[in-house]
Amino acid sequence: MKTFRIGGVHPAENKLSAGKAIEILALPKQAVFPLSQHIGAPATAIVKKGDVVKVGTKIAEAGGFVSASIFSSVSGKVNKVDAVVDASGYRKPAIFIDVEGDEWEESIDRSPVLVRECNLTPEEIVAKVKNAGIVGMGGACFPTHVKLSPPPGCKAECVIINAVECEPYLTADHRLMLEKADEVLVGVSILMKAAKVTKGYIGIENNKPDAIKLMAQKAIQYPGIEIVPLQVKYPQGGEKQLIDAVIGRQVPAPPAIPINVGAVVQNVGTAFAVYEAVQKNKPLFERIVTVTGKSLKSPSNFLTRMGTPMSQLIDAAGGLPENTGKVIGGGPMMGKALVNTEVPICKGSSGVLIMNDKEAARAEAQPCIRCAKCVSVCPMGLEPFLLATLSAHKDWERVEKEDVMSCIECGSCQFTCPSHRHLLDYIRLGKGTVGGIIRARNAKK
Amino acid sequence: MANKLIVSLSPHVHSGDSVQKNMYGVLVALIPALLVSFYMFGLGAVVVTLTSVAACVFFEWAITKFILKRERSTICDGSAIITGVLLAFNLPSNLPLWIIIIGALVAIGVGKMTFGGLGCNPFNPALVGRIFLLISFPVQMTSWPTVQQWISYTDATTEATPLALMKMAVKGDVNALEQLPETLNLFLGNNPGSLGEVSALALLFGLGYMLWKKIISWHIPVSILATVFVCAGLMHLVDPVAYASPLAHLFTGGLMLGAIFMATDYVTSPMTHKGMIVYGVAIGFLTIVIRLFGAYPEGMSFAIFIMNAFTPLINTYCKPKRFGEVVKK
Ligand code: SF4
Ligand code: SF4
Repeated sequence: MKTFRIGGVHPAENKLSAGKAIEILALPKQAVFPLSQHIGAPATAIVKKGDVVKVGTKIAEAGGFVSASIFSSVSGKVNKVDAVVDASGYRKPAIFIDVEGDEWEESIDRSPVLVRECNLTPEEIVAKVKNAGIVGMGGACFPTHVKLSPPPGCKAECVIINAVECEPYLTADHRLMLEKADEVLVGVSILMKAAKVTKGYIGIENNKPDAIKLMAQKAIQYPGIEIVPLQVKYPQGGEKQLIDAVIGRQVPAPPAIPINVGAVVQNVGTAFAVYEAVQKNKPLFERIVTVTGKSLKSPSNFLTRMGTPMSQLIDAAGGLPENTGKVIGGGPMMGKALVNTEVPICKGSSGVLIMNDKEAARAEAQPCIRCAKCVSVCPMGLEPFLLATLSAHKDWERVEKEDVMSCIECGSCQFTCPSHRHLLDYIRLGKGTVGGIIRARNAKK
Repeated sequence: MANKLIVSLSPHVHSGDSVQKNMYGVLVALIPALLVSFYMFGLGAVVVTLTSVAACVFFEWAITKFILKRERSTICDGSAIITGVLLAFNLPSNLPLWIIIIGALVAIGVGKMTFGGLGCNPFNPALVGRIFLLISFPVQMTSWPTVQQWISYTDATTEATPLALMKMAVKGDVNALEQLPETLNLFLGNNPGSLGEVSALALLFGLGYMLWKKIISWHIPVSILATVFVCAGLMHLVDPVAYASPLAHLFTGGLMLGAIFMATDYVTSPMTHKGMIVYGVAIGFLTIVIRLFGAYPEGMSFAIFIMNAFTPLINTYCKPKRFGEVVKK
């Protein structure tokens, strides 16, 4: 069984909602759309207070090449353009829409029929993807059309679809493959066409045998697509780890990117969004979100309109338990702890995880006993104990020399440390500072 | 409700591993060797072990409380108990109480707490204690009781250890090696020596347990054992009368104990697999050099001690292989 070569851990999988079919979540009363829910420049609002919008109406225009447009997920009236606390915990500008009815733009094909044929040119596909506001749906939220437009001198050789869902608890991608296998495969074919390659791999971890079986059966009808079962190991969903696992190539240290080894990596949710955008004219305004947690009454997977407050999903899954200690947007390894449950679902919200106060408490950090376990689990071959110590001592020069910029913030080191050291807190500090220093240096040149 | 939520950075889950789990894991791994020592040396072994552990824990507690004046006591993490057991394992079973207590004081006081406690000490504390005693009390530290005198302690009769015989052989005594116990007896532990080092078999059980529980990785013990085997084997091929067989080297003295429990001490060994192998090979090599050509019959302690000193240097030069250094295929 294939997997990546360096480090890795195996946290308890806790896929509580794996057997729960996707349910459609009721419309919210008000939907909130932060203008910056992707990597790159924030979008600019093109609606103002009082404007009437439909489901699928563009409400914010991309703010540059590396940026993405935003579409309304509801019909109704714009209430205001104001600041909201988003998943990052900061106040960011957002569009508030009061929901009235459920009227869709006529251009969207709402029929459930599978449309397999796609006769567009690669350029037309990329344009359509861009016009649908699609970003990476695994959590990184990098605009998809940028990844499909390789920089000069680079040539894509294959598309790799990330369907490993290596974060514990999350099951959105798993359910998507079980329920929308054909749509996903058509989406992958379209992505391959857009990237001008003939080979596509779908990497799925071995803890989803039903998805592997179904996808492998269906993939026979789609030329060039191969299903690659992978050993269960975190962080296999990391772009670089996935490429290593699937085609055995290692992306060199930053600033190199996957395309440098000929790979275009896309999330399986993104492939589905691409299908809907290209074949059904449907921009990105809804997604599947896992709502889960051990103390939650019924962990579920919901098809959710963007802008819905997380509290509504939690209520639909049985309500916030009394002993809640932490609410996390995303999975337990890389997700963000939220300040409140009114945070809206965005393009990159793959899950909402509720932890009770016992699970949520961090143990007290003890002195490093130099056991070297953090070093052996780091998937990037770094020395987390050293990076953390150097960062704590603000020795930025050495932090940079020890390759802090390669850290993918997967958290494996801190997960493993028997002394419960807050390694990643310090490494993030070091990475942020060194990143700033590098940018300043490049600006001077 | 909202203001009650905990906000912290990811990761939000932990493996559940802890310092205690690892330390108590090592203690469990030491049990087989401990039982063998009780069987071989009876009362003496019990007295020496209990004294050493009690003294180590006491000194750790007293120094933390009265000298360092720290709030939190560290005796529960189990590391002082390990130091106590390992120190006892490195002593003959007829050693008087007061010498053991001095050893414990040096191990914990000088070897560990002067540097700031667990995690900061450059040398393995038990080793510091043992080497101090070996230099200060060479006579008491090098007379080992014959096995299976169950009820005697300091009054036990002593005999020459296999290592001493091996040294005599190197020095030119052509009959010395013939007096060596059978290799099988060496393997099982039926020969005089320090408490915990006699039975290679029991120590190997401990190694298996620690590997299974992922407390340590294979790199250090295997590289030490392999190096000793190869070096001793070459010498044996050159002159079988003067140089004992590689298996005899592996199963005698503190070699197994050192390779499995002393050299693998987290704090004082290198941080990367590459570094661990460099460290292990160097220890194995130095041990054989001291055993065959040095003044002492046993070289394990000194070899580990020397390499402890090199660990920071090894850490500087042996970096893990970074992801993406090589683009394969
Ligand atoms: S968070 Fe960074 S340093 Fe820690 S294991 Fe992951 S890549 Fe390595
Ligand atoms: S895992 Fe923790 S205790 Fe072990 S070396 Fe790394 S930082 Fe130190």
